[in-house]
Amino acid sequence: MIMLPEIGHYVLILAMMFALALAVLPMMGYLQRNAILLSTAKPLTYLMSGLTCASFIILAIAFAQDDFSVLYVSQHSNSLLPIWYKISAVWGGHEGSLLLWITILTLWAALLAFKSETLPNSTGPVVLSVLGIVATGFLAFILFTSSPFLRILPDQPVDGVDLNPLLQDIGLIIHPPMLYMGYVGFSVAFAFAIAALITGNLNASWARWARPWTNVSWAFLTLGIALGSWWAYYELGWGGWWFWDPVENASLMPWLAGTALIHSLAVTEKRGVFKSWTVLLAIFTFSLSLLGTFLVRSGVLTSVHAFASDPTRGVFILALLVIIIGSSLFLYALRASQVKSQVSFGLTGRESWLLINNILLTILTLTVLLGTLYPLIFDAFNLGKISVGAPYFNAVFSPIALLLIVFMGIGPLAKWHNTKGAMLWRLSWLPAVLAIVLASLVFTFHEFDVYMWVSFAIALWLVLMCLRDWLDKVLAARQSLWQRARKLPRHYYGMQLAHIGVAVSLIGVIFVSMNSTETIVRMAPGDRVDVGGYEFEFLGTRHVEGPNYTADTGVINVYQDGQVITQMLPQKRLYQARQQMMTEAALDPGFTRDLYISLGEPLADGAWGVRIYIKSFVRWIWLGGLLMMAGGLLAAWDKRYRRKTGA
Amino acid sequence: MKKLLFFIPFVVFIALGVVFYQQLGKDAEYMPSALVGKQMPEFKLVDMASDTVVSNSAMPNEPYLLNFWATWCPSCSVEHAYLGELAEQGVKIVGVDYKDETPAAKKWLEERGNPYSLVLLDEMGRFGVDMGITGAPETFVVSAEGKVLYRHQGVVDAEVWQTLKEYMQ
Repeated sequence: MIMLPEIGHYVLILAMMFALALAVLPMMGYLQRNAILLSTAKPLTYLMSGLTCASFIILAIAFAQDDFSVLYVSQHSNSLLPIWYKISAVWGGHEGSLLLWITILTLWAALLAFKSETLPNSTGPVVLSVLGIVATGFLAFILFTSSPFLRILPDQPVDGVDLNPLLQDIGLIIHPPMLYMGYVGFSVAFAFAIAALITGNLNASWARWARPWTNVSWAFLTLGIALGSWWAYYELGWGGWWFWDPVENASLMPWLAGTALIHSLAVTEKRGVFKSWTVLLAIFTFSLSLLGTFLVRSGVLTSVHAFASDPTRGVFILALLVIIIGSSLFLYALRASQVKSQVSFGLTGRESWLLINNILLTILTLTVLLGTLYPLIFDAFNLGKISVGAPYFNAVFSPIALLLIVFMGIGPLAKWHNTKGAMLWRLSWLPAVLAIVLASLVFTFHEFDVYMWVSFAIALWLVLMCLRDWLDKVLAARQSLWQRARKLPRHYYGMQLAHIGVAVSLIGVIFVSMNSTETIVRMAPGDRVDVGGYEFEFLGTRHVEGPNYTADTGVINVYQDGQVITQMLPQKRLYQARQQMMTEAALDPGFTRDLYISLGEPLADGAWGVRIYIKSFVRWIWLGGLLMMAGGLLAAWDKRYRRKTGA
Repeated sequence: MKKLLFFIPFVVFIALGVVFYQQLGKDAEYMPSALVGKQMPEFKLVDMASDTVVSNSAMPNEPYLLNFWATWCPSCSVEHAYLGELAEQGVKIVGVDYKDETPAAKKWLEERGNPYSLVLLDEMGRFGVDMGITGAPETFVVSAEGKVLYRHQGVVDAEVWQTLKEYMQ
């Protein structure tokens, strides 16, 4: 079994060969109208996917068996590491992350091949072939610059350097795979768009095929981002949930563009308009996923998350980016200009509201893109180096996002092609009044703040409008409410769920920024302190031995109205292998508030600097994310996507 | 003419690619602070000497240097002796012990002398993030009113002090 890493490397080379064949043969088959070449697409996809997965599993085995003769394993694992962290350490570094990325890409491709029966004969192979091109590029990138299978022989280390303690956490076990499922999933919509450009078949059908795939990827990306935010919240020890860090922005941009894509695909499918725009958006969304990978992996931007950076890899990724995105955009420029919309655009119809949605989401994406790339662009023109931080994003991003949410309330009520203004007014005046009254009521119990009041009213408006729309649909006919409610299609409920998720997240964001308390105090054993209606009693610390760390655990009793409600145990850990200190915050989660304690600095006489936070409604931020994800999945599961399509 | 419009995304992307390419070889380390000209962010940190929590009001009422250091940082020991000289000349220096262990930091100051009028403990690096630092040592010039005037990344020596001195006035 000692040869296993070499087999992994060899298998990966084979995978690249099949990916290359997939990139070339079906495409030739399409151009020469050769049915035999076209039919190679499916088996080639399965081979590529199977081999890549095999290579991934072999790397995981190397981690599980503590094979420290493999350089990558020795840099990211340690014999004392618990087994589940050993497995997640596979994607704890650059090489393994990329292998995970490409494994997920090939899995998406295999799934698409499996489902390709519903596609017309020539479309399926061309779509798979486009995915083959992307896979070839990234497999070459791994093999030529970042193989995880390199050995250190003959002087293999006795033990590994250990996984970065920040990454030794449940959130980080599942966060990257979910995020990549989303990132890479957009490659399917991208491949559909490119195939549509190649075949010139830019009718509404490509949008119909791409929709469920886009929804599912978007759902995964939503979950990935929410998990990342949740992880940062409890693991970094500051109680923050979003930092506008370049790496976070790299995941937010494809999400925003992907959200626009979901809506624009709907318009293209239903009305046959926005055709060339939707294609561009599909290219744009996947390009932003690739750009995210480039920014994180090349070291062009500095970031607290940038775990690995290397300029030679940067050049390779940049070349890859230019080839894939550049040629897509060039193809777009050549082909999209020939497309004409058959159906007229209804100025008062739902398509107009969705156009507003697309414009605002695109502006939001560009805002984040500009803020992220600002230091680079500034420097390129020799204006010196400068970085923009959270204030820029908060000032520019938030008002546009709020405006978008106002329109989110109205859009679903509008009918395609033509909507009467009177009808919209009839449905929306009551929710508007109610939202303002309810928001004002809440603020009678709290210090008034115009910005927060407006934001809260907008969140309520969205919820009430979703409810109003549902009631309008359910109460319309003579059938019972239950029968009507059941007849509404899944994609409708998916949309409602996702929209309400946005409102829930927004409410979380508003309350956590408005109603949170933060203190740092010096506490000696026996000290008590009052924070936001809770009393915290510090009982002292005790020493704890973990599997690969030692820790001081603070014991803190929390009282409310004189009763102990919970005991919280924040930790200060020292990870031995890297001699790295880590703060492990203690959390008492709740539906309306989180208690959050992290241990700061040890002081004299057994006293500690203790940070105590009370975070209002902070869970709602991620709860909203979960609702959005559920909505995306539900919409993708709609029955109509499973019918066979001719065309 | 209308056809040319469809080339806009392509052209913008290529331009962006050129910018990226130029950036690849560059040193991403140096970056002047966006805080220059602004008030120093508010903080609450533990004062090493008194073991109490202090805030912005504890800072000197004259221009001073804000120096981020740590015992794990080799360059910090290089500049430590020079900071001592500056302190003897009467320059006020506030030290921030960045992502460090307090006992080690105390021992370090006992052994090498303490050039700081005030030592703040930023064990979790939260204040460092607020100040936008990327590592240690880093030194800021701060005015009597608490405004950030200049940022220097790396070791402070006689040469660097010439620049810092100008901002101190």
